[in-house]
Amino acid sequence: MKTLADLKKGEIGIIQSFTNDDTLSLKMLEMGCLPGMEVCLRCAAPLGDPICIQIAGSSFALRRSEANQIIIKSN
Amino acid sequence: MKTKTRKIALVGNPNVGKTSLFNQLTGLNQKVGNFTGVTVERKSGDLTLANGETVEIIDLPGTYSLYPKSLDEEVVIDVLLHQQSPDFPDTVIVVVDVSNIERNLLLASQIIDLEIPVILALNMVELAEKKGFVYDKEILAQRLNCEVISINARTGLGIQELKLILQNTPSASSFRKYKFIEKYNEIITIIQKITHSSNTYQNWLVLNQVDKCRFLEDSLKVQIKDTLEKYHFEATQIQKMEILERYAQVKDILKASRQEKEPSQFYSLGQNIDKITLHPIGGYLVFATIMFVVFQSIFTLAEYPMNFIETTFVSLSSYLQTHLPASKLTDLLTEGILAGIGGVVVFIPQIAILFGFISILEESGYMARVVFITDKMMQKFGLNGKSVIPLISGMACAIPAIMAARNIEDEKERLLTILVTPFMSCSARLPIYTLIISLIISDTPVLGIFSLKGFVLTGLYFLGIFAAIISAWFFQKVLNSSHKSYFLMEIPVYRMPRWRSIGLTMWQKSQEFVIEAGKVILAISIVLWGLASYAPDNQMEIIENEIIKEYPTLSETELEDKIASAKLEVSYAGQIGKFIEPVIRPLGYDWKIGIALLGSFAAREAFVGTMATIYSIESKGEEEATIRELLRQEKNPQTGEPLYTSALGFSLLVFYAFAMQCMGTVAVVYKETGSWKYPILQLVYMTGLAYISAFLAYNLL
Repeated sequence: MKTLADLKKGEIGIIQSFTNDDTLSLKMLEMGCLPGMEVCLRCAAPLGDPICIQIAGSSFALRRSEANQIIIKSN
Repeated sequence: MKTKTRKIALVGNPNVGKTSLFNQLTGLNQKVGNFTGVTVERKSGDLTLANGETVEIIDLPGTYSLYPKSLDEEVVIDVLLHQQSPDFPDTVIVVVDVSNIERNLLLASQIIDLEIPVILALNMVELAEKKGFVYDKEILAQRLNCEVISINARTGLGIQELKLILQNTPSASSFRKYKFIEKYNEIITIIQKITHSSNTYQNWLVLNQVDKCRFLEDSLKVQIKDTLEKYHFEATQIQKMEILERYAQVKDILKASRQEKEPSQFYSLGQNIDKITLHPIGGYLVFATIMFVVFQSIFTLAEYPMNFIETTFVSLSSYLQTHLPASKLTDLLTEGILAGIGGVVVFIPQIAILFGFISILEESGYMARVVFITDKMMQKFGLNGKSVIPLISGMACAIPAIMAARNIEDEKERLLTILVTPFMSCSARLPIYTLIISLIISDTPVLGIFSLKGFVLTGLYFLGIFAAIISAWFFQKVLNSSHKSYFLMEIPVYRMPRWRSIGLTMWQKSQEFVIEAGKVILAISIVLWGLASYAPDNQMEIIENEIIKEYPTLSETELEDKIASAKLEVSYAGQIGKFIEPVIRPLGYDWKIGIALLGSFAAREAFVGTMATIYSIESKGEEEATIRELLRQEKNPQTGEPLYTSALGFSLLVFYAFAMQCMGTVAVVYKETGSWKYPILQLVYMTGLAYISAFLAYNLL
């Protein structure tokens, strides 16, 4: 199972579903990150964490531990 | 009969230009206060419409939905779910970022469901055009059954049209299709009986987040919770369903109104900037450089206006002294009030510049990058990347900074941030730093262009940052906080800061500082002047006669000086200073500094004013001089050398860098944490650290 945390820089995936953390997934939904959307890893912060992803033209920052809870499909 | 002023609330996602629109609508007629019962900043302003009616515009905190996640966002439901709230709006303007319209309409559809009249203001249309699409506002208006208008909050385009629309309260939209609620009709009917509200969606929002509804009485909350338990209500799962259903509706509407355009390449610039600002090494270098430039400019840019203000006050004071009849009242005016106020006003340029820079960093979108690159490091000390915003704002003033910690969702990280933010060198410390640095550091330039003073000042700011981070680590150990937090934030696109709104912030913050700090300092100055000008019994006359007898040969000025300083020594203030002198002697301070130190515990910025008052009372015989010159002339009574040596100077600098000397901060920490435990802990810890460090500084240098 591939998660958002496994993406390499510049790689694109498609959001499938969220595991466990309800607050996190609810907030992602509210911010406009929906299943079926394309997600691209823009970059990682200097110490490798958090990471910056791009969805529908907007950029979001989240920690790797959170990215681990977002299941994606390779494009 | 006077009709009630209509209230118009601005609501929207973060970074959609809500505040720009607010500035466009209200200009300089803004008031800054707090929302009832909470310390969240409430910005409101009056707008007079073409028909002569004046309405009140209220800027609500940005939020992604009516399910708030942070304390700031909770204000939105405080206001919108509670018809009796003093801020409950007659109309809501939902500001929409068209380039990200789906999630903006998610929030709009929730507000429409509350049956509050809504005007949709489409902002950032050009950005959407560059991305390759636009939306037909007629179709949107028709489908959503509400007023829709295109605006440009930066240039003011469409604002006149918006003002025309505001002349009438639009009727509430009839667009409501919530299938997700149908299954829960039974439970909603029960809630309805408890809340006595007829709006279905409002009851729905209440039952989904009872604990966040501050306006509900506790007994009602208990009743609602009992009902929820009985029905096994799984709030988060159901909210997810609701959000997805809303997105489906929104997509449907958008499909009908979307028009494709030719996209233009526009991201590249922002992404290229990010290549530098988010670079593993470069990112930190850029951040350090920016901070360094900020502090250098505070010194160099502010110097000219400061000199001007300083000399103006000195000449005003001597003008009054020569033209007013000599009396105790004139003395109070020139030595007490003017000296005290001058001590505050002179720092307005520096404070305005500092606030200006901070709002440039926030507005441009750079602050979010700083949060991003520092999160990992901050986590090691028990903080969150988002702690960076309170910490940096703490360099302006700890009070709004501690309130800004509300954006941190995690309670423990928020608490740690609140505890250490007062270590950041706030603008009230700036006057003290500036004064002491100018006494002990020479004007020699470093590397030709930088001033050594600027370097020392930057050093003090770093000392504050260092103390804050180390203390966070220490408190984390003491409070034994090991926990899981989450971090999810949007990184906004870079934007050119709007100079008008930055000017407005600088104006508001300086005004606030002068009024708030001015009140305290004025009071302290007057009390202090009284304490320093009077003595128990008639000790002042006794000492005066003694000195005249003792030094019959001195010239008149020298004699007057001797008398003035002897009088100060026997005055109430002098005696208090002498009383605490044994405690502060190890730090190198004499009783005069002791008096200023005591005054500083109410507000540290009182230091300069207090010193000014003490020394201008003492320097009776001399020409009016600035406080800087007076301190420079001060001699150590034992050695005859200048009193303000670098050891004493650094001891004072370190003391003021660490000590918790601000009643406002104590009060806000109490309010934000809801207990006296934390402000007291802070007070003891910080002042203890200040004492020990100042002791070391004085004795090692």
